Amino acid sequence: MIELENVAYSYGGGELLTDMTLSVPPGSFHFLTGPSGSGKTTFLKLCYGALQATSGHVRLFDRDVRGLSRDDVALLRRKIGVVHQDCQFLDHLPVTENVALPLAVSGQDVADNEADLKELMAWVGLTARADALPPELSGGERQRAALARAVIMSPDVILADEPTGNIDWEMSQRLLMLLVELNRMGKTVLVATHDLGLIRAAKAQVQTRVLRISNRRLQMAGADL
Amino acid sequence: MSFNPRAMAKMLQFDEKADRVVPPTGFTARLTVFSAFAMAFLAVFALALSLAAGRVADRWGDELAQSSTLRISAPAGEVATQTEAALRVLRTTPGIEEARALSLDEQRALLSPWFGASLPVEDLPLPQLIDITESDAGYDAAGLRLRLSAEAPAAVLDDHARWRRPLIDAAGRLRLLGWASILLIAAASAAMVTLAANAALAANAQVIAVLRLVGAKDTYIASAFVRRFALRALTGAAFGTLFGVASLFLIPAQDDATGFLTDLRVQGWGWVWVLLIPPLSGLVAFIATQFAARRVLGELA
Repeated sequence: MIELENVAYSYGGGELLTDMTLSVPPGSFHFLTGPSGSGKTTFLKLCYGALQATSGHVRLFDRDVRGLSRDDVALLRRKIGVVHQDCQFLDHLPVTENVALPLAVSGQDVADNEADLKELMAWVGLTARADALPPELSGGERQRAALARAVIMSPDVILADEPTGNIDWEMSQRLLMLLVELNRMGKTVLVATHDLGLIRAAKAQVQTRVLRISNRRLQMAGADL
Repeated sequence: MSFNPRAMAKMLQFDEKADRVVPPTGFTARLTVFSAFAMAFLAVFALALSLAAGRVADRWGDELAQSSTLRISAPAGEVATQTEAALRVLRTTPGIEEARALSLDEQRALLSPWFGASLPVEDLPLPQLIDITESDAGYDAAGLRLRLSAEAPAAVLDDHARWRRPLIDAAGRLRLLGWASILLIAAASAAMVTLAANAALAANAQVIAVLRLVGAKDTYIASAFVRRFALRALTGAAFGTLFGVASLFLIPAQDDATGFLTDLRVQGWGWVWVLLIPPLSGLVAFIATQFAARRVLGELA
């Protein structure tokens, strides 16, 4: 699914991430942890083609990101659902249309997927908020709407960046449940978080692997979590 | 994002969804429409000026090519010999293609508008007229006068065309100026649409980021902006053209030939040019927005 081979990434100032090698197999559930500013978001961006590695190779679905055109990247993102910490929406369109946006931009008829859309909205518990505008949503509702939008194309991979950063424990449990369910359906899940409680809660339900970014390098965390 | 006709047609296809992804912007939209309106209005006048100047230049150019006249005012007995002599001189003058003495009937035809058809021309001491057609290079009028004064002293060369040449040049310049104005107007329209499109693209950075994130191709994102600006320019220009043409009709009509510069009304094929203003304006907006969008999107992740 996602393969990194001696990947490094540097901003103008200096190296942020270095010498990362990783292979994320299909159907796995990975956590990515590390202190703030350690490069978790940058790592995820490398994984969905928003950033190019400064050295080494990132392969998504067996294709080297470096060789992809802008349109290739667009097509790739239809197979990778992304949930950001501060999820952004089209603020002038209601939640349902935002959730259905990946269908619209990929040229699929939203009307044909009406039933799926309804089911998905119910699954994330937003049926009652379907016609609300995104700015009217609470933090948890935004995260769930973002998750719904990330999975509507039935992507193979779901990347979530601090999906529980802005929401309370109960809501983060609910979100985690949704991610676990997706993983049980065979989706590959990679969640960046510094919330160790969340990782422990997940470990109880699904087999996870924990990666840690420390000292600019990617390490497999021990079983101590 | 290739720039081929099929992609262009696809972009202009009505797609409600794609139009909805960019939030409506009232103020800049109205400014774009107004700019297109003003530019089309000005373009109508520049066009009318060019066409009118062109007509004047053509008309005078035609007259110039055939408009030298030699007039022989001599006592009745000498007219024929002096005419012969003058024609001899004219036919050997470089720069003159043809010299022909007008017949009595032709002279009568020329006079009939003033004196009526029944004028007994034969009884009047009319001067003999010789019509001169000159070549493009023209002839040396001063030299010709000198030779005529020796060979046919009664001949008077009336090259009234000479004073028209600078006027034709002026009309030609005016036409050029008109077309240059139209080009400038088109360029200014493109510049304004580019600025407006850049502003819209910058204001909608979040929209673009969201669309990229969920897998929208550049063509999809650009099309939402491109179609919007092309339609605004088209609408504004259509109204501007309409108002411009209406204003042309408000200029008092002048049938008199001297009213050449006030006769700005569009005629004949000129209407095709006028009707082209709105679609060309839309096309200019389309291309300008396309380039702006391509540049902005290319810089994004």
